[in-house]
Amino acid sequence: MTPGADTAKRPASAWVTVSGLCKHFGGLAALSDVSLTINEGEIYGLIGPNGAGKTTFFNVLTGLYTPDLGDLLLNGQSLAGLKPNEIVARGIARTFQNIRLFANMTALENVMVGRHVRTHAGVLGAVLRDRKTCAEERDIRERARGLLDYVGIGRHTHALAKHLPYGDQRRLEIARALATDPLLLALDEPAAGMNPSEAGKLQELLQSIRARGITILLIEHHVRLVMGVCDRVAVLDYGKKIAEGRPQDVRRDPTVIEAYLGGALGGAEPGDGAIA
Amino acid sequence: MEISAELPQHLVNGLVLGSIYALVALGYTMVYGILELINFAHGEITMMGAMVALAVITALVGEGSTVPGFVIVLVGLGVAVVICMALGFVIERVAYRPLRRAPRLAALITAIGISIIFQAAALLIWSSKPIKFPKILPEAQFELAGATISALQLAIVLLSFLLMAALWVLVQRTRIGRAMRATAQSPELAGLMGINPNYVISITFVLGAALAAVAGVMVAAYDTQADTYMGSLLGLKAFTAAVLGGIGNIAGAMVGGIVLGVVESLGAGYIGGLTGGFLGSHYKDVFAFFVLILVLVFRPTGLLGERVAERA
Amino acid sequence: MTMPAIDRLLQHWQRWQQNRRAIWIVYAALVFVLATAPFLVGMSAGSAWVRILDFILLYVILALGLNIVVGYAGLLDLGYIAFYAVGAYFFGLLASPHFDIHLPFWVLLPLGAVVAAMFGMLLGAPTLKLRGDYLAIVTLGFGEIIRIFLTNLNAPVNITNGPQGLNMIDPIRFGGVSLSQTQSVFGFSTSGAYLYYYLFLALVLVVMFVAIRLQNSRIGRAWVAIREDEVAAEAMGINTRNIKLLAFAMGASFGGIGGGLYASFQGFISPESFTLSESITVLCMVVLGGMGNVAGVILGAVLLVVVPEVLRDAVRPLLGDSVDPNAVRMLLFGVALVAIMIFRPAGLLPSVRRQREFASDNEVLAQEQASLYDARR
Repeated sequence: MTPGADTAKRPASAWVTVSGLCKHFGGLAALSDVSLTINEGEIYGLIGPNGAGKTTFFNVLTGLYTPDLGDLLLNGQSLAGLKPNEIVARGIARTFQNIRLFANMTALENVMVGRHVRTHAGVLGAVLRDRKTCAEERDIRERARGLLDYVGIGRHTHALAKHLPYGDQRRLEIARALATDPLLLALDEPAAGMNPSEAGKLQELLQSIRARGITILLIEHHVRLVMGVCDRVAVLDYGKKIAEGRPQDVRRDPTVIEAYLGGALGGAEPGDGAIA
Repeated sequence: MEISAELPQHLVNGLVLGSIYALVALGYTMVYGILELINFAHGEITMMGAMVALAVITALVGEGSTVPGFVIVLVGLGVAVVICMALGFVIERVAYRPLRRAPRLAALITAIGISIIFQAAALLIWSSKPIKFPKILPEAQFELAGATISALQLAIVLLSFLLMAALWVLVQRTRIGRAMRATAQSPELAGLMGINPNYVISITFVLGAALAAVAGVMVAAYDTQADTYMGSLLGLKAFTAAVLGGIGNIAGAMVGGIVLGVVESLGAGYIGGLTGGFLGSHYKDVFAFFVLILVLVFRPTGLLGERVAERA
Repeated sequence: MTMPAIDRLLQHWQRWQQNRRAIWIVYAALVFVLATAPFLVGMSAGSAWVRILDFILLYVILALGLNIVVGYAGLLDLGYIAFYAVGAYFFGLLASPHFDIHLPFWVLLPLGAVVAAMFGMLLGAPTLKLRGDYLAIVTLGFGEIIRIFLTNLNAPVNITNGPQGLNMIDPIRFGGVSLSQTQSVFGFSTSGAYLYYYLFLALVLVVMFVAIRLQNSRIGRAWVAIREDEVAAEAMGINTRNIKLLAFAMGASFGGIGGGLYASFQGFISPESFTLSESITVLCMVVLGGMGNVAGVILGAVLLVVVPEVLRDAVRPLLGDSVDPNAVRMLLFGVALVAIMIFRPAGLLPSVRRQREFASDNEVLAQEQASLYDARR
């Protein structure tokens, strides 16, 4: 079974509106009046120098932090004050910058956990193992297997997550997030540490996910990936949004270039190195 | 009317109790600050200090010598401090060091195991009968602002504050104190700066144990007896004090100890009146637990602690 | 570090398990032994040991319950005995001369489980945001609070009868037959301990069944996920609050059942039976036996009841009366705990998963490499 198979049943558009988002830590303004819009079905990039507030934005979006000011809307409904698991139920799933897999569970089990939010078996079901529960368990297992194949790590199905090579761990995290049947997939530096060919395969995977109808929000430093796959990007610097638009326009924006300290955004690209 | 009459006395008692809690709390907070480990055995070290001191004191008193009472007590105290420092050192070396990289659960259970060992050893050495503190200390009493303070109470408060001040100076002004603070922030980085974290950790345990020994003797003198079961409850309350003040924060342990002592004293004094006789003062042990739960639920970083945000 | 000798034994056991005929022989033997255990024990070791056998079963129920909280969900509960106390007092108050209420066991046991489960959620609720060490201390505090209340709720209104406890609690009756009566079976005289054994065994089997089913279910997976990385688990849609409360509730309910059985078996309960020491004993059973593994936990319970009893009989002639056997037992307990944590922290019969967690891999988690703030477990 493939992800996004539920697209037909989904209501309306999965667009995200962020307005005036502010988040402080002590005296530090991690996010200042950030506003952006993500359209349904697009791949939206969030870029900026290290420490610009990108991961903080993710954490606010996914409920790990509460914003001091501002609002987040998904599909017209506010996400304010929701806990992380409630936000997943609404349809936003994420991966982590520093990979947070369940290390001592197998790849399959990791993805099966992703199905938790869309399934219902409780204590009674667990103990009685009635037909409905058994069918649900079978479905969980099949979906998980399917997702592992889909992201390309089917050969690791029964390997422990902590034993997987780095690139495959990132894919596993994506598979696990996909298992929650998200409307919006938020990926925090999925290409970090990848070589060019791995990054290329990741690009194909992202485009395939988008083709299934899932909107993607991407934090990335990887220039080629951002240029190649994002429809639009927003640039954060010191917690503020300094630019938004198509990648090829943004890279020429002088404010953005200056933010990267005169980095090699324009002209010849120095291979596939990270920005700044 | 009744409240204000008794208040000064409760406050004084609370201050005395609190000073003792503070001394024990310091041991907990210092170890937690460096290792992120609750040293469950710390309460038992306090008990050991009390028992060892009392054993020495009763032995010396039995001699029928003409040495003044408080000198005997000091000798007992000295022996207790030395022995407890050794115990603290040994625990760290033998039981906690091998588990530095282990999951938290393993270290915690080991700490529980050590505390069980200590209590059992004490039972084997001294049995469960309490040892009485001989009446060799001066029994003068003073009046202050409507409360009666005994010489012992005064001595406890003064000695505690002296020790706390000394520790503060040590931690804030000396090289070893700087090393301790650096290691508490990050053992790896401290190591890179040329500090030997093992050495610093040992010192931390030893200092905490020394303070605990003194506290144990104080409790024994205050309660006029000591027994092998006194460690657990005292340890728990002292830990509460450390958390109340902000675990890992040395000033916090001192503040937390005093506050807890006062709260407990006031609570025990007034609870009968407040609940119409339904709850008596034998519920006072429960106060510490309730305080602990309230603090951990509403302000887990304690009164003086810092907020630590979790970064994803 | 692992103990090679134990591993070799386990390897032999696993290889033997492959042999199908061997499996049937072992299971048949097991069924036979379980069915006739009280007689086997009574004839060989005396009737006192049959009572000990019953206590083993009670502790197995407790250990299986605590295993859900500690072993599955990873919540270090040091006050677990409180639920045993709740179950026992619930039964005792409603089936004794104290209030002169005498409800039957088939009402009180299930209700006791439910009441204990509610206490489990009540005591668990404040601990949900706490990290491991703090959780341990708070649960310890709760255990003590319950005991203190049980000891003191005898004035001004006598609810629990204070330190004297409850006396003359009704034994369990099936039809007209009271389990505590001495019966005559094939001319062999059996005390109440024999009959209670079968009731306890039945409940142990039920509890084992529930525990194993829970372990291999959606809920069981969620518990493991929370234990591995709570932040990630919540970020994957698991309602960590409810799942943790569920662990407390299920674990507590087992304790409540055990408590009710204990009250009727012993006929007498007092707050002194429900001390911190008991909580720690049950914790030791789970930790030493093998956290998260039903078989390991049962082994732990058996060992920690049997070994002290054997030692008590063996040690007394050696050490004479001046040495407190209880203190010796405690000393060995403590040493065993420390030794196991240093040398075999996953326990004697750990679950496969726990073994992985405690194994000193050379492969480092990608998580741990990445950041100073992350992965502080």
